[in-house]
Amino acid sequence: MSAAIELDQVDKRFANGVAAVQALSIAIAAGQFVSLLGPSGCGKSTVLRLVAGLEQPSAGRVRIGGEAAQARSAAMSYVFQEPTLMPWARVLDNVALPMRIQGAARAAAREKAHQALAAVGLADRAGAYPAELSGGMKMRASLARALVTRPAVLLLDEPFAALDEITRHRLNDELLALWGTQVPTAVFVTHSVFEAVYLSQRVLVMGGRPGRLVADLPIALAYPRTPALRLQPQFTQHCRTVIGALQRAEAGAAGPR
Amino acid sequence: MSALRRATIWVPAAAALAALMAWEAVVRLRGIPPYILPAPSLVVRTLWSNLDSLLVSWLYTIKITFGALLLALAGGVMLAAVFALSRALELALYPFAIALQVTPIVAIAPLILIYVDSTTASLLICAFIVAFFPILSNTLVGLRSADPNLQDLLTLYGATRWQRLRWLLAPSALPYLIAGLKISGGLALIGAVVAEFAAGAAGRETGLASRILEASFRTEIPKMYAALTLVALTGMAIHLASNALGRLLLGHWHPSERR
Repeated sequence: MSAAIELDQVDKRFANGVAAVQALSIAIAAGQFVSLLGPSGCGKSTVLRLVAGLEQPSAGRVRIGGEAAQARSAAMSYVFQEPTLMPWARVLDNVALPMRIQGAARAAAREKAHQALAAVGLADRAGAYPAELSGGMKMRASLARALVTRPAVLLLDEPFAALDEITRHRLNDELLALWGTQVPTAVFVTHSVFEAVYLSQRVLVMGGRPGRLVADLPIALAYPRTPALRLQPQFTQHCRTVIGALQRAEAGAAGPR
Repeated sequence: MSALRRATIWVPAAAALAALMAWEAVVRLRGIPPYILPAPSLVVRTLWSNLDSLLVSWLYTIKITFGALLLALAGGVMLAAVFALSRALELALYPFAIALQVTPIVAIAPLILIYVDSTTASLLICAFIVAFFPILSNTLVGLRSADPNLQDLLTLYGATRWQRLRWLLAPSALPYLIAGLKISGGLALIGAVVAEFAAGAAGRETGLASRILEASFRTEIPKMYAALTLVALTGMAIHLASNALGRLLLGHWHPSERR
């Protein structure tokens, strides 16, 4: 498989002089589910924004499907930590927004939005306003909006971090099911080792400031993954490996550079 | 209608009635002459007996007030949109807006009356100057308050400027615009009355301020109160109308109007 996302020796320094990531090279194959894991401030979100084209690299190259990344790529979707819904619009119109921006007629966009809402189990709340939904339902609506365009690349920036653990586990399963039907290339930023291992085929561990890639760990667990997996010894073994890499990263970051 | 909603009607109504009754009682019991303080009952009778001339003046004041408010709304929103699009224009023009805002209207009204031939146009300009700043500054803050994540989302999907304005910036600014409108509604009325005081206009095309001035020259105190009553009622009506507009436009989503 060709690399759907490719970062080649990417540096990112912000205007205020802060270096977020340094000499970062990552290649992600089409249809792969990859997690970016690391402590706060290691540049995970910056990587996602670079891939989305919301930030431009200071040095190096970011390529999506072989082309330079720029915001305007219709084939990409982004899920934020907050649901980020328009509070003045009904759930249906929130989900239809990406289709409308890309020029779809209102009726056609709503039709697609209905399908996307049905896929996340929110069909009956299409007419509600975001304030009338629970935190988990808002996040489902946000997922539906990301999937309504059938993106080739799905970027998720700690989408479930603000949810309670029970809801988070359920949404993890739903996300995997949705990924299984559309198979976008998924990049999932998280703080949680267990979430990263449960979801992904590959965990990229980042660390240090500016952030660097410190480990690239394959997760050799078959899909579909079910909640029972969390208690399996091979799951625990993978978590242990990832935690070890994180600890080495932090020990390295604490030392003199 | 909930008990709370009912209370928002009868509590202020009862308080107003109690105040009027106390006023009436004080005037009667202490025997205060009407050229010092007329009783509410006399004010109502005076209003009734002068209804024709007062209504004509009242309509004129309303015309100035709402004309100025509409101009302020259009001008304030347009200027805010221009400022939001161009930082350079904002830096260049905002000082002028502030200068207009802080200059007392009574001080510039005579100048405007000299420069502009039509009295009605002068009054409109004065009331506009008083009313437009809250709309401008509030709308500008509103346009800049759009959720940065939603901004990124629209960038990601390649939204045009027009789409961004229509689907994100305008709805984000609306609660701020409504807050500005609530201030400007009252200010437009004050501007309309104060400017007419400064104009000291007489004749057919005159508003409530001219009736108040006339009555004060003739020491017709009850008639002054009658005209003032119409000004006060108009102000309350504007306040209620802008509240209703806010509820209509924001009630379904914005925390300021949710109940």
